[in-house]
Amino acid sequence: MTATRYRSRLHQAGGERRLETHPLTWWLRDDGERVDLDDYVAKDGYGVVRQVLGHQTPDAVIETLKAANIRGRGGGGFSAGVKWSLTLKGEEVPRGYLVCNADEMEPGTFKDRLLLEQLPHLLLEGMILGGYANAAYYGYIFLRGEYVAAAQALERAIEEARAAGWLGRDIAGSGFDFDIALHTGAGRYICGEETALINSLEGQRANPRAKPPFPGQSGAWGKPTVVNNVETLCNVPAALRFGADWYQGLSGERSDDGGTKLYGVSGQVRRTGLWELPMGTPAGELLDRAGGLRDDRTLKAWLPGGGSTGFLLPEHLDLALDFDTIGKAGSRLGTGLLTLVADDQSLVALVRNLEEFFARESCGWCTPCRDGLPWAVELLRALERGEGQPGDIERLEALAADQGPGKTFCAHAPGAAMPLASAIHFFRDEFARGIAGAREEGG
Amino acid sequence: MATIQVDGRRYAVDDRDNLLQACLTLGFDLPYFCWHPAMGSVGACRQCAVKQYRDADDTQGALVMACMTPAADGTRISIADDQAREFRANVIEWLMVHHPHDCPVCEEGGHCHLQDMTVMTGHHRRRYRFRKRTHRNQYLGPFIAHEMNRCITCYRCVRFYRDYAGGTDLGAFGAGDNIYFGRHREGVLENAFAGNLTEVCPTGVFTDRPHSERYARKWDLQFAPSVCHQCAVGCNTSPGERYGEIRRIENRYHGEVNRFFLCDRGRFGHGYVNRDDRPRRPEWHAAAGETRVLDVDEALERGGEALRRARRVIGIGSPRASLESNHQLCELVGQDNFSTGIAEREQVCLARMRRLNLDAGLPTPTLREVEAHDAVLVLGEDLIASAARLGLAVRQAVLGRREVLAEARDIPAWNAEAVMTLAQDARHPLFIAYPTTTELDAIAERCLHLAPDDIARLGFAVAHAIDATAPAVGGLDERTRATAERIAEALRSARRPLVIAGGSLESPAILEAAGNVARALATRERRGGLTLVRREANSTGVELLDGRPLEWALDALGQGDADAVVVLENDLHRRLPGERVDRALAAAETVIALDHQRTATWERAHLGLPAASFAEADGTLVSLEGRAQRFYPVYEPRYHRPESRIHPGWRWLLALHAGLQRRTLPDVAFDDLTRDCARRHPVLAGIVAAAPGADERVCGLKLARQPHRYSGRTAMRADLDVSEPSPPRDPDTPFTFSMEGYAGFDRPRREVPFAWAPGWNSPQAWNKFTDEVGGHLRGGDPGARLLEPAAGVAGHVDAIPPPFEAGVGEWRVVVLPRLFGGEETSSRAAPIMARAPAPTLRLAPADARRLAAEAGDTLVIETSLVHLTLPLLVDAALPSGLVGIPAGLAAALSSGAPARLSVVPGDGEAQP
Repeated sequence: MTATRYRSRLHQAGGERRLETHPLTWWLRDDGERVDLDDYVAKDGYGVVRQVLGHQTPDAVIETLKAANIRGRGGGGFSAGVKWSLTLKGEEVPRGYLVCNADEMEPGTFKDRLLLEQLPHLLLEGMILGGYANAAYYGYIFLRGEYVAAAQALERAIEEARAAGWLGRDIAGSGFDFDIALHTGAGRYICGEETALINSLEGQRANPRAKPPFPGQSGAWGKPTVVNNVETLCNVPAALRFGADWYQGLSGERSDDGGTKLYGVSGQVRRTGLWELPMGTPAGELLDRAGGLRDDRTLKAWLPGGGSTGFLLPEHLDLALDFDTIGKAGSRLGTGLLTLVADDQSLVALVRNLEEFFARESCGWCTPCRDGLPWAVELLRALERGEGQPGDIERLEALAADQGPGKTFCAHAPGAAMPLASAIHFFRDEFARGIAGAREEGG
Repeated sequence: MATIQVDGRRYAVDDRDNLLQACLTLGFDLPYFCWHPAMGSVGACRQCAVKQYRDADDTQGALVMACMTPAADGTRISIADDQAREFRANVIEWLMVHHPHDCPVCEEGGHCHLQDMTVMTGHHRRRYRFRKRTHRNQYLGPFIAHEMNRCITCYRCVRFYRDYAGGTDLGAFGAGDNIYFGRHREGVLENAFAGNLTEVCPTGVFTDRPHSERYARKWDLQFAPSVCHQCAVGCNTSPGERYGEIRRIENRYHGEVNRFFLCDRGRFGHGYVNRDDRPRRPEWHAAAGETRVLDVDEALERGGEALRRARRVIGIGSPRASLESNHQLCELVGQDNFSTGIAEREQVCLARMRRLNLDAGLPTPTLREVEAHDAVLVLGEDLIASAARLGLAVRQAVLGRREVLAEARDIPAWNAEAVMTLAQDARHPLFIAYPTTTELDAIAERCLHLAPDDIARLGFAVAHAIDATAPAVGGLDERTRATAERIAEALRSARRPLVIAGGSLESPAILEAAGNVARALATRERRGGLTLVRREANSTGVELLDGRPLEWALDALGQGDADAVVVLENDLHRRLPGERVDRALAAAETVIALDHQRTATWERAHLGLPAASFAEADGTLVSLEGRAQRFYPVYEPRYHRPESRIHPGWRWLLALHAGLQRRTLPDVAFDDLTRDCARRHPVLAGIVAAAPGADERVCGLKLARQPHRYSGRTAMRADLDVSEPSPPRDPDTPFTFSMEGYAGFDRPRREVPFAWAPGWNSPQAWNKFTDEVGGHLRGGDPGARLLEPAAGVAGHVDAIPPPFEAGVGEWRVVVLPRLFGGEETSSRAAPIMARAPAPTLRLAPADARRLAAEAGDTLVIETSLVHLTLPLLVDAALPSGLVGIPAGLAAALSSGAPARLSVVPGDGEAQP
């Protein structure tokens, strides 16, 4: 049983949503209950499976997706079509796996949960299409263990789909066999990293793997494996139903990234929740939809897409929320769920809290992450207590710089370093007040 | 080949390597932790960061991990780049965050890779001011001490233990900065190669426990190149001595044999050298229990006189003594009076193995070559028990399939985790036929648990399936025939098949079967290998001296054909039933024993002469590969125990010979002895080239046995004499008992007592001595191979035994070798005694039921010669009709002997 107030909430009512403009949320029921197979099929759910399987070649599917430019909604932003085109396929290659990354654990992020709990069939349809395009013979949904309601929804949806012949042998008379199993994780943030996810799925320690070889060449159990985020896969059916041009057109002038995005807001705002909006919607528009900050607070900073993205300032609110724009501003779009920080919140405490999370969630494989992040946590705690020492801020900056891409084994530590480095960059004074004696001197 | 640029200079490197391998091979000092030459790269520690540039115009560059970057043609890198150096220093600083800085009390200090790397990167000031994380340690058994607080989390231990050696009871636990390497519950590490953790671990988490108890720093140890005496594989070792005791044994790199790893019997089995009860002065046993210590002159006088008086003197040699000592014994008594000291049933097998090495058409591969075979058939050997390091090589051969698959997908062999991921459990085929389970079963395609005769029949059937001219086996059941077909098919389709058999089950039929398989393969295409496992360090070599079996010697004494006997480093009571040995010795007028252990045979000798062990003698051994290898004295026993009169067996024998002929002891150089032995036995001609002569010099210097930091020389003998004597002279070898002499790495040399290079104090220093990392010693790998197959292939042998049939009320004994407790000398070392499992008697479940016996019940096994009481182990794999007995328990129990069994009633008290 999930209390309603803890549910991911979409703020757009049924009347506002159309399939042509809201390819993800158009299917949802207004009462927040799960869209079951009958509901889904009644709206021509699985219609794209029938349309594609046996009628289009896998290569044609991939070409459409490449042109649509669905960028990875888990935060990586890599084109799903390009990823699929790199999957090893062929007579001499064993058929592998399509894995849905549903290990949604990014701090401040709750978008996949909405889709998983309320719209599992859309994900299954996306996975069947992904399995077809990638010559996979089996699909796994790697679900965050705490998403109990989602697990129930998925289990039932898988049973329904199997009973109706959407999963299993010879799907829709196409000759294509594909089935899906649900795997619930045991609670490690690092399992969101696709290769750590694969290791965990195999029953190994959840350490990331070196790339190359990429999972598309040698993934789960050494077979070609594609890992896509929930929202990414949920974008696939509509992109194939209406085509790449339509998909690109969804974001119009706002962004070169196609499609819509499930944006969200959390923090000190009047209305937290989710909105499906065209890719490239400005952050300010989201803040307006969220009703602005509570209790007449003013905005100090914001994270554009989860704890592993860099802080931005109020002056950045008019930036389009897409991968390249936010990237150029020095942060990352990440998951596209904004975390807003009000001016009465301590950034030192906030960053300390985040870094404790990232240090704890380090898998312990590579040195900078394993031993560098806990050191940063200790320094932040000292600053928070007012027991910092001269040089601590520079030490933190150096530690953050040493977590850069290429220096660490995977993207965990670079993500962890982003909020730290950006917070010091924008709010150095706040950190400096944590140096012992600084508060008194500062009066 | 590829050309890469390092800091602006161009170098030719192997493009199959990664940049770390390439840089180390070029001689650069680039720090690393998680990479290991035998285990490849995983990119965990981030220590080997270098700056890589896209092209000549790229001035920015980016940091990459050298170990994870291919040495592709045109690669441009900088090791000296400031950013790369700073990052490497930072990595060390992070690794040291929780390290206890306990170097002064840490056993690893002085040969610690972490120390070396810390100095190399220049990290010297601690900036982390917070609390360190601490761990609890575990008891891991008598071999390995555990201190987890020193861990820097490089993951090498689990990668070696699990991935390389196949162990399952050591793992990585926890996450973040709280990773723990240990067992699920504390207890003895089960893997036979656990001791290598002491060298694989870059710091002091896993250390040599017996060494800890009698500790000395590496720089305070005296070393000599040695060869392990604990089985026939011939692993090269570096024993370290202080105060006249061997304190530890480290791996000595040999590019073709053991390379980086030893087994635990070899590493921890040396304690017999240090035993207090070792004979150190000549003894005269007038009557039982009446012992008189003699000085050397008197001992030799009495010995010479007894030999002169004797009508006929028998010499009993030993497969655990050197060729030179055995040869001297042969010279003393004459070829007609020389026995190898090996029981006939074993010697028959040894002779057959020699013949097969020459006429079965396939060469014996080195251990490195074993790893390159792609199908393996093992007939009648439990390799981890009988030749452990060979078993480890076979494991690598079987896992070699991974690299074949990886290559097809362009995954470089060094990318260790990726190679394992891709290949999953794909393996080259391994087939094992043995009476019970073996450790390698876990990676075998098929394991057949058969009686020795049925193992032979399977082998003959395989040979026939490969080559129809080989004799067919009649009366085979369908299942065995199909298995033989499958094995034949796997061996036929292999690029390089390997057949392994040996003397463990003392079955000539198994050896002939292996020979037929080898001939069948050699007739088709002359490729593949035949490895034949011998039992003891010099079994192969002594057999080449053409001596007679031990039974002949005992008969000659017992029947009065001879009245004196000289026994060389051999406890006859471990080879034949004690009563028979005692009868023969009692019949002799004179029994002279030479040994370094107080054995039952020593106790029965009239004159006992204290022989040197491997640690104090020079000598040559021939390994099961047919490789003659030299070992050297590590220390001079009189230096710390002036009263001791220990001499190499060959020197005592020379002196006895002189006494016999009333000559004065001639001044014979050891090299002359070796030459003499080679001259007398043409098959041994190669042993002269096995090692450099005593006149070998580097830069005009002899070679130092002691590191240049060796301390205490002027004080360590002060309790004996305040004046420091000059170091003992060593005219027989190119080494000095001193730190004076050459000890460097840059002049190639074959015999390296200890590996050290400036900045490299740990075993990783071996990389400075090899032509490429993991390659061959630049001065050539030690030893000379003696046994190569002759041209042509001999005809198949038809010696197919009938199928084994379980008797009624009677069982056939199979003596099963065991790694710990099954070998004579190492069983006298305390850690091995502690590690050896309690002996049990194995029976098939049906046989146990027939006797109404349950596991743990006490059983009596009786043969015509022996009556023994042992607890029962019900062995589900053992064929019905066999009774399994651990080796080393009773000489009178030999494989194939019929035995009766009965249950001891009641509480299991042994019957009289």
